[in-house]
Amino acid sequence: MASDLEVVPLRHYGRWVSGVLILAVVVGIVLAFVDAQIIWEDVPEFFTHETMIRGLLNTIVLAVLAQVGAIALGVVIALMRISVNPVARWFAVGYIWLFRGLPVLLQILVWFNLALVFEHISIPMLFEEKTNVLITAFVAALLGLGLNESAYMAEIVRAGLTSVDSGQVEAAKSIGMTPALTLRRVVLPQAMRVIIPPTGNNFINMLKGTSMASVIGFLELIHAANNIASRNLEVMETLLAAAAWYMVLVSIASIGQHYLERAYGRAG
Amino acid sequence: MAALVEAVGVRKSFGHTEVLKGVDLAVDRGEVVCLLGPSGAGKSTFLRCVNHLETIDAGRIWVDGVPVGFRQAHGKLYELREREVARQRRDIGMVFQRFNLFPHRTALENVTEGPVRVLGLDRAAARADAMALLDRVGLSDKALSYPRQLSGGQQQRVAIARALAMEPKLMLFDEPTSALDPELVGEVLDVMVGLARDGMTMIVVTHEIGFARSVADQVAFMVDGAVVETGPPSQVLDNPQQPRTQQFLAKVY
Repeated sequence: MASDLEVVPLRHYGRWVSGVLILAVVVGIVLAFVDAQIIWEDVPEFFTHETMIRGLLNTIVLAVLAQVGAIALGVVIALMRISVNPVARWFAVGYIWLFRGLPVLLQILVWFNLALVFEHISIPMLFEEKTNVLITAFVAALLGLGLNESAYMAEIVRAGLTSVDSGQVEAAKSIGMTPALTLRRVVLPQAMRVIIPPTGNNFINMLKGTSMASVIGFLELIHAANNIASRNLEVMETLLAAAAWYMVLVSIASIGQHYLERAYGRAG
Repeated sequence: MAALVEAVGVRKSFGHTEVLKGVDLAVDRGEVVCLLGPSGAGKSTFLRCVNHLETIDAGRIWVDGVPVGFRQAHGKLYELREREVARQRRDIGMVFQRFNLFPHRTALENVTEGPVRVLGLDRAAARADAMALLDRVGLSDKALSYPRQLSGGQQQRVAIARALAMEPKLMLFDEPTSALDPELVGEVLDVMVGLARDGMTMIVVTHEIGFARSVADQVAFMVDGAVVETGPPSQVLDNPQQPRTQQFLAKVY
């Protein structure tokens, strides 16, 4: 009986109104930038400017080295954190507390100014060098960013390690695997599923965090942009060129993360 | 000839709870021993002590004349490092209640993992051996499947193949069919029967009285952290002497 009656679909007027409003805001912002005193034609030139490219390469090298070092250190600290040795455990807790607790910028500045308190750095009988020579802007930035990140990585790795079922370790032991082999072949590959997503996130943060090295004069993207701008005063144009590079780097990192996650997604 | 496994006065506590209160057990070469008893009796804990997944507090366990977890020298027992214990475990296979297959590796890779990584066998040779073992447990067509693609019974059979790949002298089974759907129990027990027939020395913690009756050479009945009665199944299962054994069997049947 009711089947021949016309059906009137629910009209979502609110969606139309909010959609139009959002578009209006976006268009307004875009128009404002088009109208603003920005010499858009210059941006591509700055994007490929020699100084900018050097800044880009330095940003990549710094971010990758700091992240790789942080992952290696993070694994060690995570293992200490779950060790049966109470001294190791407490050391790890203190390490994470300190390096996670202090602002990265402050850590970078402390490393950069280390010469103020230690004139020389030496390993008795083996090695001695003036602190000024050893701690360049690059080294200071690497230490500041890497050590801070290693504290975060330690927590991420620990979460990954503890996520693996204890039965897996027992199975590995039962076929005669040593602890090192068990970690490498059984525990870590399975922990990766838990470790990779937050690590990718952190790496994206690291790419942007390298900008703090500009404060101590390391030629990364921001410093490169400022260098170019100091000659032609096109501050916004050079910053936009640097911004474009950051978006490129972050996009590539996101795609890489996607494929890494897929590769390690196999584990059950 | 000395027993392959000899446990004397094995004690183990977790915190303030004493789970094993002096377990004695001897298992001869080629013998199948079933550990029966109510849950909480310490059967699984004892089994885990045999390959040193648990450290015992007192007593001693010898496997093939070697004290498990220790090195005997100068009239003393030196506690072994985990790396050295790992070497002892090569000769002792273990099958777990919850299979514990490596989920990130195929059935075949699960089986070759030990021979290749622990024994240092050539990959191709290990693969051939592993395929033969998978065939023996009836799963040669599942070699490239991941554990999550297999049923519980199939996973447990792969787990048995993984343990056998190390060519152990002794196989430990910790309630191998307890986590299985009832219709899958048979396929796992069949593999174990075949293994027993081939002369493998086995210690089996189980609730499968039927399996114990037909396969076991010896049944050991455990209650409250101690073995209270041992003997051939016909004696322990059909004519139990201890009241605790009688009570348990009355409930199970």
